[in-house]
Amino acid sequence: MRDASPAKVYALHIGVILALFALNFVLPDYHQGLFARIMALAVFAMGYNLLFGYGGLLSLGHAMFFSAGLYGAGLTVYHLGWGVPEAFLAGIACGALLALVIGLLALRTSGVAFMIVTMMFAQVFYLLILYFAAWTGGDQGLVIQQASRVVSIGGASFDLTDPTVRYMSALALFSVVLLITLAIVRSRFGRVLVAIRENEERTRMLGYDTTANKLIAVVASGATCAASGAAYALLFGYVGSNFASVQYSILPLLWVLLGGAATVLGPLVGTLFMYYVTDITSGFTSAYLLIVGIALILLVLFAPKGILGTIRQRWLGWLP
Amino acid sequence: MHFGPHLLLAALEGLVTSAVLALTALGLSLVFGVMRVVNVAHGEFFMLGAVLAWAISTAIAGHPAVGFVAALVIAPLLVGLVALIAERLVLRRLNYNPEGTIVATIGMLYIIQQLALTFYGPEARPVEPPFSYRILLPWFGYSGYKLSVVAASVILLVLTWLVLTRTKIGLIMRATQYDSETAQAFGIPVERVYAGVFAVGAMLAAIAAVLIVPISQAHYLMGQDPLLLSFIVVIIGGLGSLRGTVVAAILIGLSDGIISVFFSPTLAKIIATLVVAMVLVFRPQGLFGTTAR
Amino acid sequence: MPLLTTKGLSRRFGGLRAVDGVDFSLMPGEIRAIIGPNGAGKTTFVSLLSGRIQPSSGMVVFDGADITNMPAYKRVRLGVAYTFQITSVFANLTAFDNVALPVQRTLTDGRTKGQVRTGVMEALERTGLADRAHTLAGQLSYGHQRLLEVAMGLALKPRLLILDEPTQGLADSEIDNFIALVREIARSATVLLIEHNMPVVMQLADRITVFNMGRILAEGTPEQIRADAQVQDAYLGATHG
Repeated sequence: MRDASPAKVYALHIGVILALFALNFVLPDYHQGLFARIMALAVFAMGYNLLFGYGGLLSLGHAMFFSAGLYGAGLTVYHLGWGVPEAFLAGIACGALLALVIGLLALRTSGVAFMIVTMMFAQVFYLLILYFAAWTGGDQGLVIQQASRVVSIGGASFDLTDPTVRYMSALALFSVVLLITLAIVRSRFGRVLVAIRENEERTRMLGYDTTANKLIAVVASGATCAASGAAYALLFGYVGSNFASVQYSILPLLWVLLGGAATVLGPLVGTLFMYYVTDITSGFTSAYLLIVGIALILLVLFAPKGILGTIRQRWLGWLP
Repeated sequence: MHFGPHLLLAALEGLVTSAVLALTALGLSLVFGVMRVVNVAHGEFFMLGAVLAWAISTAIAGHPAVGFVAALVIAPLLVGLVALIAERLVLRRLNYNPEGTIVATIGMLYIIQQLALTFYGPEARPVEPPFSYRILLPWFGYSGYKLSVVAASVILLVLTWLVLTRTKIGLIMRATQYDSETAQAFGIPVERVYAGVFAVGAMLAAIAAVLIVPISQAHYLMGQDPLLLSFIVVIIGGLGSLRGTVVAAILIGLSDGIISVFFSPTLAKIIATLVVAMVLVFRPQGLFGTTAR
Repeated sequence: MPLLTTKGLSRRFGGLRAVDGVDFSLMPGEIRAIIGPNGAGKTTFVSLLSGRIQPSSGMVVFDGADITNMPAYKRVRLGVAYTFQITSVFANLTAFDNVALPVQRTLTDGRTKGQVRTGVMEALERTGLADRAHTLAGQLSYGHQRLLEVAMGLALKPRLLILDEPTQGLADSEIDNFIALVREIARSATVLLIEHNMPVVMQLADRITVFNMGRILAEGTPEQIRADAQVQDAYLGATHG
């Protein structure tokens, strides 16, 4: 954050949002659907980035926050017949609450122990979903019918299964989270978070309760990831235990590393890039995870700052 | 069957699990102890050992014992070679940075797993045991091969213990574990020690896998459970302590065997994972060794 | 009334008594230097005061309140600031952001960006770093990093500023500026510094406390300490050992 004029920074991010808005009218059907998915999942990556990129806490268990939102929204619609807005909020609340509990426990550790503890809690969450298959649908998952995915606001009703409504809903969520992230990063809290990442002991000796600040970051991150999960359940109509597996804890890490940790737009860039790489290569190989594996190793070896991180270092020092 | 024999059977099965687990976890513990690297791909080295054992034993005609012995020798060596290459190409370039190596070994996990799927396929395939003698107990017959797995594991553990405590190699390893910079200053080739430890760690997992594969078949996803259980054993047993690793492996193996006879295996896993996570949260110092640097 | 007192303050590491039953008191407004041979327990002692280390026994009283069990960050909020012996500025943040961290925390009302800016620039100007506000701290010279460290301490608006070997690694010209800076700080805060450079100690300190083997060996004005035979023994013994 070298002295950047706020106008330039906001112009860039609002420009990205407007470009995504315009793409809705240009993209072919298939890519319109893919972009909706990417924007919803980029929110997951942004939530992860808040904790990992800015706070310096590497979690290997964020699938549990995503799926807390996924099931929090999906199950309230499926079993309780809740409406879309209530279910969405329920999903976020589940994620925030889970993040609070996990944060209180896991933040007693740090470094490698933090990674392993978060991975284990996520594993417990995953196994619980399998164990309570009677309600969750287990690894088969549950399909949420089109009829329960219609939002009525005032007199108008929006069908989330309609491609344009789905695209615009994903864009709306993405934009809100993007601007909130930008505000957090530029706020005093953002500065403290970065300070904790750089040197926690020093930050404490400046009078900050670093544990409390980290807990806030965990909860904010968990709630954001849950928002992504809840949106995913409602927009795409499916919940399944696969989303709680270890793989979905690794993916946001990969997206963030690829796009650039501790950059506001990095999560979008990383998610977009990874999705299209997979999409293009799926013509040649079904070994999607092979690409994930190779990408992870190449990134840590040769580009630990990711795409936007490298651009910021070389050319655009003002990029938040 | 009555409760008593049932429990005995569960305990025997648990003992076999313990024996294999002790070897696998020892590999993980050595790597973390000496190099401070959390090897997430450890389970895949295990899987690779099993898959190679299948390939080798089916390629060699004749009595099953010949193919099995060949597998027991060749498969670990090949796995060790893979580990050496991975260490050289990736871990060393990362300077063994703890967080970077975790991400990198996650990458290795996916690569090895997918390559196994591509070249070996999604089927589970058996390897014939080298002999099929059954020991007759008053209540049931029990596989002699399973008991020989326990014996083999005990012998290997004792050997490792002797190497670590009685030889110059063991001394060098302990010196490197204690303080790698000072070790380097005293002329210990730290990089070569790291490479050796990483290879030996992977080979221990591969040996364990070759031993277990006549009992439980080779499959490209079979590395996941041993990885999780090895983590649990290393955390419970305490770092760098061979005795702790063995005791914890017996504890976890037996309780896993017994609990899953009487409870749903999913519930058993949930409870075990949660307990271990809580141990890590509330007693991390006793579990990751006392010399945190 | 003293600003800070300790009673029987002790800290053991295994069998080693790093700080051993220290009774100490500090009057408001004074500049106090702590000197002593290496391994005398000076850094451990100030770490106990700042809360970075918990004592094995004894108590610490600040401004009449028992703060023995208070976490470090709360002590900082009470006004006990500590600057590190090894420079530990945030290397990847600008000098401005480094100082903004303590400034924004002390501002409890009127949370505007303008106020943070004013507070930061004031602290940077007092330490002569104003023209380097937007340089990354890691790119500053060593001397400037030490000054930044002091600026961060100042920005906390401390009542007691603990400086751990502040002149270590500074050039002579920088040391003169530094002495002037500490004098100025002392007009609004009590200063406790660990220092090896005896000319600096003699020029700055109102009183000197000498540590040896975890205990207070002597205490007095610079003149008294200079004349103390015991102190000379301790130092000579240390240099020979």
